[in-house]
Amino acid sequence: MNEATLERGLNAFREQVDAPVAAFFSSCVSCGLCAEACLFYTETGDPKYTPIRKLEPLRRVWEQEYTLIGRVKKVLGLVEPVTDELLQEWQELLYDSCTMCARCSLVCPVGNDIAYMVRKAREGMVASGNSPTDVQAAAERAVRIGSPMGVRYKALAAQIQHIEADTGLVIPVDQVGADYMPLLSSMEVINFPEYIESLARIFQHAGLSWTLCSDAFEATNTGIQIGSSDIARELVQRIVDGAERLQVKYVIAPECGHAYTSIRWDGPDLIGRRFPFKVLHILELLDELRVSGRLKTEKPSAERITFHDPCSIGRKGGVIDSPRRLLGLVSSNFVEMKDHGTWNWCCGGGGGVSANTDAEALRTRVFRRKKDQIEETGASKLITACANCRLVIEEGLEAYNVELPMEGLTELVAHHLVED
Amino acid sequence: MNDAMDFLLWARGTAFDVALTIFIIGVIIRLFEILSLGRPRSLAEPKGNQLLPGMKSVISRTLPDNGTFKRQPLTVIAGYLFHIGLLISLLLFIPHIELFNATVGFGWPGLPNPIVDAATVIAITGLLAALWNRLTNPVMKLLSDKEDYLVWLLTFLPLLTGYLAYHRMIEPYPLALGLHILSIELLLILFPFTKLMHTFTLFLARWYNGAMSGFRGVQS
Repeated sequence: MNEATLERGLNAFREQVDAPVAAFFSSCVSCGLCAEACLFYTETGDPKYTPIRKLEPLRRVWEQEYTLIGRVKKVLGLVEPVTDELLQEWQELLYDSCTMCARCSLVCPVGNDIAYMVRKAREGMVASGNSPTDVQAAAERAVRIGSPMGVRYKALAAQIQHIEADTGLVIPVDQVGADYMPLLSSMEVINFPEYIESLARIFQHAGLSWTLCSDAFEATNTGIQIGSSDIARELVQRIVDGAERLQVKYVIAPECGHAYTSIRWDGPDLIGRRFPFKVLHILELLDELRVSGRLKTEKPSAERITFHDPCSIGRKGGVIDSPRRLLGLVSSNFVEMKDHGTWNWCCGGGGGVSANTDAEALRTRVFRRKKDQIEETGASKLITACANCRLVIEEGLEAYNVELPMEGLTELVAHHLVED
Repeated sequence: MNDAMDFLLWARGTAFDVALTIFIIGVIIRLFEILSLGRPRSLAEPKGNQLLPGMKSVISRTLPDNGTFKRQPLTVIAGYLFHIGLLISLLLFIPHIELFNATVGFGWPGLPNPIVDAATVIAITGLLAALWNRLTNPVMKLLSDKEDYLVWLLTFLPLLTGYLAYHRMIEPYPLALGLHILSIELLLILFPFTKLMHTFTLFLARWYNGAMSGFRGVQS
């Protein structure tokens, strides 16, 4: 990567200004309602966390260079420039206290998509050298090793061997011509290998041909989180290369929020062409299998369960109804949280926040919102569909001394399959 | 009296033409500035339509979501009072419609004066509440800069002078009317270069938000 400088940062901000950004900044009347949608404000009461305020550096670049009056003001010296000091101060606001959950984008009365702009503003922060060191290190590992957590294929191969030995299931790797190529997140490889076992169980049960790819199994994309399209592009390209090498028809995004954003929505734009395969989230695939009658499940269980919508999959990804239909398949006692689906509250660890130690204390503090939301349901188990949400919620609940078992929805479905 | 009459004639003559010209050209420049930046077409396979969800957001964002309303009722209520009061007094006051008719050649039915009078009081009340909110609510206070207070004043003056003129609280009447027109000219001149532009751009902003969400199969 090029050396980060203020000038490069300013150029990156400039490149990010498009018609929506200009329309959004032109429309803001400083009403402050976005603060009420942001858990970093609602849980701390600190107005500095107001979402639109987090965009001040990008706003200045837009005003001073993309509006007539701003250019005049700049010539007359009537504007405050974007400086290194400003960007340093804003690092906390653009990274530690924003998960890009996009709840603010949902409440803005003039319709500003604030999360869209935070993602863009982060490009300027990376280029100017003002992104958190932890996330930078994770991005560097992702590029060099292939995984932000430093997980190599060796580690995955070991997990595959364990699972195959324990269960007798077969986990195909690098099978050219298979239909489905599921991706994984490092967290699933290390913390939740149950997910891989569940995939194997489901594919076998449904009789589908599938394969993992040894050089394109990692779905997470630190480039998307930190705000570097260069890194994001490289990581997406690896997946596309893997999928094209194996000639698969479908790439399946795992239980990981931003991985879905990266491969499903941003991927084709990053590499500049359409994919020759379809991208589905695992929950979308499971729901399709349900519809086509390929999932035979046992009687629904009566345990009271609730569901946490990962922001990138639900509010930002449109996978909202499929998890509900799957939950209905396996549970007769599913209860919604008060604000759910599009309106769900973030776990507080998305958008790279969970990988950022600077944000740890704040993240635990604002987790109270999620904790209260979960407790209100009276559920004895929490289901979700994102390994990162799951770890963040587990840690959060522990910090608040709440004991509540959690499970991924794919795993839950796999457990309810009728044994052949 | 003659001075006041001269002032009124100037205000509704040359000054009005200049202000209106700046307003129209300025708004066109601003909209061009925004739209010419363009938006890259996404290569991802859409999960939904953009047009309808975009249009739906243009309308639906007029209503607050329940959670936001409960947390900030004053911001929402003051906003409604002001905007509704303003639209009624601006668009449904018979002399305003007659002026429009005389300039452009068509008009529409107005409301009886006492109703418009009440609407003006409501708009002024809403604006005062909004100002108080801006000065005391910690979030709004931190967000607000000089421009936010300037646009408040630019909006407040026409309402105030209109009210004072209608109730003959400034004498002579041509002076009152002249001041009212002058305050509107000030608003028109600064409109394209300030946040007052949200009057137009919010439709773009809402549409973009709704369309981008619709593309991903979500209604925003």
